[in-house]
Amino acid sequence: MIDLGKYAAAVLSSYGITLLLLAGLIALTLIRGARVRRHLDQLEARRTRNG
Amino acid sequence: MIALLKRDLSLSIRAGGGFGLGLAFFLIVTILVPFGVGPQSDTLRLIAPGILWVGALLACLLSLDRIFALDYEDGSLDLLATAPIPLEAVVAMKALAHWVTTGLPLTLAAPVLAVLLNLQGAGFGWLVLSLLLGTPALSMIGAFGAALTVGLKRGGLLLSLLVLPLYVPTLIFGAESVRRGAQGMATTTPLLLLAGLTLASVALLPFAAAAAIRVNLR
Amino acid sequence: MSLWEYANPQKFMRTSQMVLPVLTVLTVLCLTAGLLWGFFLTPEAVNFGSTVKIIYIHVPAALMAINAWLMMLVTSLIWLVRRHHVSALAARAAAPVGLTMTLIALITGAIWGQPMWGTYWAWDPRLTSFLILFLFYLGYIALWEAIENPDAAADLTSVLCLVGSVFALLSRYAVNFWNQGLHQGASLSLDKEENVADVFYLPLLVCIAGFVLLFITLVLLRTRTEVRARRVRALITRERMA
Repeated sequence: MIDLGKYAAAVLSSYGITLLLLAGLIALTLIRGARVRRHLDQLEARRTRNG
Repeated sequence: MIALLKRDLSLSIRAGGGFGLGLAFFLIVTILVPFGVGPQSDTLRLIAPGILWVGALLACLLSLDRIFALDYEDGSLDLLATAPIPLEAVVAMKALAHWVTTGLPLTLAAPVLAVLLNLQGAGFGWLVLSLLLGTPALSMIGAFGAALTVGLKRGGLLLSLLVLPLYVPTLIFGAESVRRGAQGMATTTPLLLLAGLTLASVALLPFAAAAAIRVNLR
Repeated sequence: MSLWEYANPQKFMRTSQMVLPVLTVLTVLCLTAGLLWGFFLTPEAVNFGSTVKIIYIHVPAALMAINAWLMMLVTSLIWLVRRHHVSALAARAAAPVGLTMTLIALITGAIWGQPMWGTYWAWDPRLTSFLILFLFYLGYIALWEAIENPDAAADLTSVLCLVGSVFALLSRYAVNFWNQGLHQGASLSLDKEENVADVFYLPLLVCIAGFVLLFITLVLLRTRTEVRARRVRALITRERMA
């Protein structure tokens, strides 16, 4: 592990918060994407079944 | 157009039109501030320009959703949209009516409230002048925000969220000219910028607001 | 072959499906390489100590915060002029990404400001402008969420984006006028790339590339979701009518 000196807390927390926020954004994107996709597949399937 | 202005004015002065509500709100805000920051007159004098401008801005915000909401509900906005006068002019007139019932009384009441906040003597004239120049922009920007949210059931809170960031330049130039005036510095630059902002808003925003109303009436 | 072909949702879906895996790989590569390089392999700057490592996220995030709004402005204009649905949906998809970038830039800036300027927050023109930009993003997203009819929502948010851009620009100058930069000295010139030595500059470039790629990937993903959500709406309405 490298030595960050006296500013370790500042550097680590900004990297941490950034990664956390980005992870949250990516997770939200993927979750909503999957949910909408599933919903659409359901609807499409119903539509083809009914003709 | 004049008839429309008269109609809007008489509607808002009649009971329940919200006339005077903004003034009362302005009064309460300015009275509450000393309770919050303490009674030292030096401190109050320092923050008086900002408090008065923010108070006027919030009081203005209070009655914004009434600009189009009532006409939208009873359908007269549809009639106005198909009337021979352009919708842009309707929007401008409604913003003017809002200014006459809100901005103008606020401007006139501000010097009285400034006494409560120990504003420096030199600042009074600049306070009135800056509010006179700036409040039309507040009404016009507000009319644009009201036009965006007119079709929404719970548009009030959203309206504030949309309009307040748009108020930032007006507030900065307005409060800055009072602050400079109170300290005896030159006020020409912020006042000119404020006037320019107002003129540009009045010239351009009716088009944006009318476009928004057309979408909402579709 | 013109750019407008991608305005066709099906064409857009097909092409973005092909491009996305490549983009994802590139994003991951660039971001990990840039951040690891910046975090582990760069020396400390003379005056800043190890806090210099924060610029590898602060500067790219701030760049993308502004570019995301510019992209929304362009796509809103395209929607208003040519009425391509994908364009409006792309603007909607970009807003939350831009919001996150603005938040990252603000937070990392505050964390950096504490040891360097002795305060988390100063009403410096740049900081204040970003705070205002943050508010604009919030209003824009809230308006999208509030309106049910998707076409009306696209129209109104586009108008808001246009007017908002003008006022955001105005605010930028108003804020400059209001407080002529307490911190315009040496500390902020770190943001200007010509003042940064190569050791810091190269990993910064990689990080910027990574953030740009991340933005594009996320916006494509989210636009695909919005296109699907639009189709879901259409199908539900059709079922109800039948």
